[in-house]
Amino acid sequence: MKQQELLNIPPFTEGINRVDGKLKVTGAAKYAAEFNLPNMAWAVLVPSTITKGTISTIDTKAAERAPGVLKVITYLNAPKLPGYDSGKDPSKPPTGGGPLRLFVDNTVKFNGHPIAMVVADSFERATYAASLVKATYNKESFQTDASKVLDKADTPKGPRFADYKRGNPEEWQNAPVKVEEEYIIPIEVHNPMELSAIVAHWTADDKVTVYDKTQGVKSTQNAIAQAFKLPPDNVQVITKFVGGAFGNALRTWPHETATVMAAQMIKRPVKLVLTREMQFNSVGFRPYTWQKIRIGATADGKFTGLIHEARAQTSSFEEFTEGTVNMARFMYACPNVGTIYKITPVDTNTPTWMRGPGEATGAFALESAIDELAYKLNLDPIELRIRNHADTDPENGKPFSTKYLKEAYEMGADKIGWKNRPSKPGTLTEDGWLIGYGMGSGVFGAGRGRATVKATMQSDGILLLQTAVTDIGVGTGTAMTQIAADAFGIPSSKIKFELGDSSLPPSPTQGGSMITSTVGGAVHDACLALKEKFQQLIGNGGSDKPDYAKVLKDKGLQQLDVTITSSGSSEMRDFSSYSYSVHFVQVKVHPKTGVTRINKVVSVADSGHIVSPKTARSQVVGGAIGGIGMALMEEAVIDHRFGRYVNADLAGYHVPVHADIPQIDALFVNKPDYKVNPMGAKGMGEIALIGMSAAVANAIYNATGKRFRELPITPDKVMI
Amino acid sequence: MDEQYNEGLPDGQGQSAGNPRRDFLKKSTLLTAVALTPGVAVKAAENHVDEHVAAVFEKLPVDIEINGVKHNVLVEPRVTLLDLLREQLNLTGTKKGCDYGQCGACTVHVDGHRVNSCLTLAVMVDGKKVTTIEGLAKGDELHPMQEAFIKHDGFQCGYCTPGQIMSAVACVREGHAGSEMEIREYMSGNICRCGAYPNIVNAIMEVKAGGQQV
Repeated sequence: MKQQELLNIPPFTEGINRVDGKLKVTGAAKYAAEFNLPNMAWAVLVPSTITKGTISTIDTKAAERAPGVLKVITYLNAPKLPGYDSGKDPSKPPTGGGPLRLFVDNTVKFNGHPIAMVVADSFERATYAASLVKATYNKESFQTDASKVLDKADTPKGPRFADYKRGNPEEWQNAPVKVEEEYIIPIEVHNPMELSAIVAHWTADDKVTVYDKTQGVKSTQNAIAQAFKLPPDNVQVITKFVGGAFGNALRTWPHETATVMAAQMIKRPVKLVLTREMQFNSVGFRPYTWQKIRIGATADGKFTGLIHEARAQTSSFEEFTEGTVNMARFMYACPNVGTIYKITPVDTNTPTWMRGPGEATGAFALESAIDELAYKLNLDPIELRIRNHADTDPENGKPFSTKYLKEAYEMGADKIGWKNRPSKPGTLTEDGWLIGYGMGSGVFGAGRGRATVKATMQSDGILLLQTAVTDIGVGTGTAMTQIAADAFGIPSSKIKFELGDSSLPPSPTQGGSMITSTVGGAVHDACLALKEKFQQLIGNGGSDKPDYAKVLKDKGLQQLDVTITSSGSSEMRDFSSYSYSVHFVQVKVHPKTGVTRINKVVSVADSGHIVSPKTARSQVVGGAIGGIGMALMEEAVIDHRFGRYVNADLAGYHVPVHADIPQIDALFVNKPDYKVNPMGAKGMGEIALIGMSAAVANAIYNATGKRFRELPITPDKVMI
Repeated sequence: MDEQYNEGLPDGQGQSAGNPRRDFLKKSTLLTAVALTPGVAVKAAENHVDEHVAAVFEKLPVDIEINGVKHNVLVEPRVTLLDLLREQLNLTGTKKGCDYGQCGACTVHVDGHRVNSCLTLAVMVDGKKVTTIEGLAKGDELHPMQEAFIKHDGFQCGYCTPGQIMSAVACVREGHAGSEMEIREYMSGNICRCGAYPNIVNAIMEVKAGGQQV
């Protein structure tokens, strides 16, 4: 014990341990690629070596003759999938264009576009045979550098993306103090530790089971059913564990459909695991985005006008959009606000939402600009934010369901020791390092969708809850168990939560910080309904907390169950609901080498009642670390002469490692918001990252007096 | 004797193969090799007969003790220890995160030392003892490091976890868990994208401080 005190182990938060913890620490948790089926074959993709053009010849003879090869699939021999002819593809994003489809024609749309799939009886044989596929191409000129075609950016279709105006946004120009600056983030790649993978198994001519890495078993079920024109019930998607995703498994990508097709062609189960390199061009990324903030304030720090403009990359064949500029509309009280959002096509694969998504990109610009304005005004950045605090939603005039942002500022400032922050940058040193403090805030919508949960009291007294949600690692099963324990009034050890199977009652895709609210709400409602059913069974005068197993036995029942579909109340429409985060960072910067070290981090979440403290804390810590990566190291670099990534692996694409990360304080305001759901809980997956990169950049400015408006802030930039 | 080599073969190809390498050597003496006219050899190569022949004799017998269980497998020399574990022996607790030795998800112990199994060919561990995450617990009794990971929530998605735990055990055994800074340095080969680093370090510190046998 004494030794522990010496090692200064911080107390961990309360709350139950992760319900699937034992499976994860013993290696028993099974991820998509780990369902090894009898007679299974292995598939390997052959990527294009050019960036844009058409395949003129493709020679598969050598590959076909290689030992163990069962099939080589190209556009020349791939069957036409019935669902590709017509119909809406549920996997495609809400705006224009169409999703990529593999092996339908000879076009190459980006570097690494798969041109063939080799299926063999072992992984090594498939890999070797894939190297034997040779293609010649008609090359076309291409552009992969979005920064060169920003002037070609266009407003996406749909009212959500139209230019927004409140009052006269140009008012910023007449202010006595103003900031007009540009901010850039590079391409960032999710790079979860688990590689995208799928095992497809046709169990009958018209029935297929897939073990897939997806954030939504129902959406993948629909996408595959659509492509193969099958009734959805004939497609079963199983995703028991997801090894992180951060958005890259929100869609059903073409390699998944192609593997299902391969399994159909060879009449054997087929496994495909993408390589790490393919994670960069096959499953989305955070797009390169240029932003400009124009903001003006009165001498006492009242915002008079704000314009947030963004131009981001999309692919040549599909529009990808996200909420990059949304925060500017409602985060601060400002009478004159404008937002402009445009996308520009380049010859890469389509980007997709990456944790925090567009809001994280937008918050880097907005929260950096506000920091710049604070220095110009000679005001504390927190004080400037408080002077522009929005008491009601300035975008729609609605009251907030709850908002404890000011409390969050205070909690974080106290914890990090904000009072020690030098008001003049570059003035605090320690052992030859420059010390600086910075903060940034984040916000994300807190909603509740529709989910269906089946609650069953079994004869052994275990409450079984079932729904087709996935857990990408955030601890959904743990949070749901906690919610059920509270709602049903039994210990969490008596609850089993089953997820990750499309044949279970429907749940939405895990993303957008919605699951605790949506599925948790349905779990809560199902528990209450089952409790009610028991009360009716027992009759008046029965115990409020009966021995459920005994009741079932006495009544001669095997089990008692309810299936409940629930969603948010109509009352929600009268309010604006958001989760907020405030991140505080203390950095040290070495003036000669330009190295930045993160000394201290305090992240505060105002995300309603915290239902599962232990996993919630981990989620906030993890988001902060993701934000540190975004700020200091993450950048996928394309050599635009060839259109190819030059750092498509984890040695070249830097993410934070143990040595980069100190102890991190995660604090919670922990005040419930019962308007959103009966638990009073709001999402926190996105806010954990949103605003963090600005906090780091602002801290580096405080330490050095140098302002960095382009991420990542690597030592080479700092030392110059 | 023959059956023991079947384990690592796809499609049960080992059923009648015996020891194909030895058989091949028996059947194709140097003399018969010389007797092959160059023309025949070229033609065989063109038709990829050579590859089919190679496929039979290029498998090597490997004896490995994995988690206390002896395995005699026939593997191609290009098969990594990681793929042998995951794809042939169905020991999927060891994870593939990059295949380039850059992430540490595939960390196992070979004769007590931590190695990246994706950078280790299966033939290199012939005659050695391998411990994977599946072999760390004693039956139902978890290893102290596994217990500490659960207690400190040293993971989220769990995919890097087996590698982190195998590395963490080795880190303590090597004497590299003397301080928080030292642990962070010696655990930096194991990437966690969910960002469980502080919790992992706390788990290791607790095990180290507890002084249990790891």
